[in-house]
Amino acid sequence: MNKQLPYRAALLSLVLFACFIGIWQYATMPSDNVVVSAADAEYAALMGQGAGKAEGFPTPAAVGRTFVHFLSDPFYDNGPNDKGIGIQIAYSLMRVGAGFFLATLVALPLGFIIGMSPLMMRALNPFIQVLKPISPLAWMPLALYVLKDSDVSGIFVIFICSMWPMLLNTAFGVASVRRDWINVARTLEVGPLRKAFQVILPAAAPTILTGMRISMGIAWIVIVAAEMLVGGTGVGYFVWNEWNNLALPNVIFAITMIGLVGMLLDFAFGVLQKMVTYRD
Amino acid sequence: MTNHYLSVEALKKAYPTSDGKAGTPVFDNIHFSIEKGEFVCIIGHSGCGKTTILNVLAGLEQASGGVVIMNGREVKGPSLDRGVVFQSHALMPWMSVLGNVAFAVKSKWPDWSKAKIAAHCTEYLEMVGLGHAIHKQPAELSGGMKQRVGIARAFAIQPKMLLLDEPFGALDALTRGTIQDELLKVVQATHQTVFMITHDVDEAILLADKVILMSNGPLAKVAEIVEITMPRNRTRAEMHHDPQYYRIRNHLVDFLVNRSKTYAGGGELEQYDPKHPPVVRPGLAAAPDAALPAETARPVPQLKKVVNQ
Ligand SMILES: Nc1ncnc2c1ncn2[C@@H]1O[C@H](COP(=O)(O)OP(=O)(O)OP(=O)(O)O)[C@@H](O)[C@H]1O
Ligand SMILES: [Mg+2]
Repeated sequence: MNKQLPYRAALLSLVLFACFIGIWQYATMPSDNVVVSAADAEYAALMGQGAGKAEGFPTPAAVGRTFVHFLSDPFYDNGPNDKGIGIQIAYSLMRVGAGFFLATLVALPLGFIIGMSPLMMRALNPFIQVLKPISPLAWMPLALYVLKDSDVSGIFVIFICSMWPMLLNTAFGVASVRRDWINVARTLEVGPLRKAFQVILPAAAPTILTGMRISMGIAWIVIVAAEMLVGGTGVGYFVWNEWNNLALPNVIFAITMIGLVGMLLDFAFGVLQKMVTYRD
Repeated sequence: MTNHYLSVEALKKAYPTSDGKAGTPVFDNIHFSIEKGEFVCIIGHSGCGKTTILNVLAGLEQASGGVVIMNGREVKGPSLDRGVVFQSHALMPWMSVLGNVAFAVKSKWPDWSKAKIAAHCTEYLEMVGLGHAIHKQPAELSGGMKQRVGIARAFAIQPKMLLLDEPFGALDALTRGTIQDELLKVVQATHQTVFMITHDVDEAILLADKVILMSNGPLAKVAEIVEITMPRNRTRAEMHHDPQYYRIRNHLVDFLVNRSKTYAGGGELEQYDPKHPPVVRPGLAAAPDAALPAETARPVPQLKKVVNQ
């Protein structure tokens, strides 16, 4: 019974997917041209562009063709406004990676200090509480002004938004390491560095990785918005660009890619998390 | 000045209450001493402060008053001289069994080679009968096996003194017996100085040279020090044949059931001197709480009230 569960779940997923495509197909059937997207036509007219691009909401088949088209050559590069999806994703991943890495460098040591010292916890708490709820994009103007570079500003925004979950989870994980383990280290007169790396870090690692996983999820969400703002490269820019071209199938394609990459990132952190989790 | 191996003088601990004031002391004016090579058990009802005393001896907790002096030096913090076996085994689950013991050994002898550390750890793990499980993770072990790893870890650093907090509390009677036998063997072979908390009267009689009886908290005291006068080479199997065994056992049980309460408020006893709590040897005489032979005799406190249970 239990062995069959994965298969039955997969089957159900397929059925649901087929239903979704079916409803989509039905909803976008080009039955009567009159009703179809009067608004779209009007919009197209307003934009002064050919009706060729605004044919109402794309059908599954059209989107499918787009998938094939983009995925058959993901890494082409025809100048600033025409790059393959692979290259765009790589740009986004690079920014996320850089910002996330920098955030790790700051959040882990700082989280350790906060978690170990009730004094630091209290002293820094007001700052954290104020900074944490700020939408990362709100930093963008300041970042652009100070850093004077859209690429670096994007990385900064990722840095800021990845910071908080990592910092708080590290501090919490470190502060709640079981007393017994600390006491073992104390009775063995273990030095502070060895205690940090061989007792506290492994004990808090599952909590810290949960924080990193949340941070990565947020970073991937934020990068799309950030790239829409600053433009130039990346999946966020790609989406925005295709919207400006009114190429909805391309937008749908990009959205799907964003979802898939996000899922893979989360999966990777899930694997890491499993590696550091201990059975007690 | 004292010439005991370890002496506890006027020890007091009061935890702050929730509003920050010092609460009623858990215990106050505790005096006792431990000689080198002696096995001392402490018995008392739950909450009387046994764990707190052990933590102070270990240097893990600060006393509110009084001192602990070991080897002529005041105990001010944790030290490799005193190995602790924790009530909840306290193994680190991300390390293997060998890794846990090696972590301790490496702390004591940082210059040792990997091979030497492994060999040393293996020796001590074999001593507690875990030679076959050294590469397992703690999660794969039974409760008794984990506790034995904890014991091996404490022994492996060859501390001057061992502190055990109800090391067998969580075990079933059968496992408990086996590990007691192992502990007995090791202690008899190494002449280790041990301070151990237990709730089990038989365990105390089997292992201890003397048993410290604590009255109920708060304001707990050392009510009596019971010397176990049975020969040192006792075993779990044969202990019951010694007539002393029943006298000692009755004395301890009687204390726990009837008399531990009367000490609680103080004042009910005449001639109670906290610096020299009465030392009794119930095993030697026919009556359970007969006084000592004349040369060391101290008056056994007489109860004003008889408590009926
Ligand atoms: N951190 C703490 N803060 C406040 N009170 C405490 C703290 N630790 C222990 N106590 C109190 O001190 C008393 C003695 O606790 P302790 O753990 O030493 O008892 P114990 O004799 O070891 O009991 P048990 O046999 O149940 O283990 C208890 O009444 C407990 O409420
Ligand atoms: Mg206790």
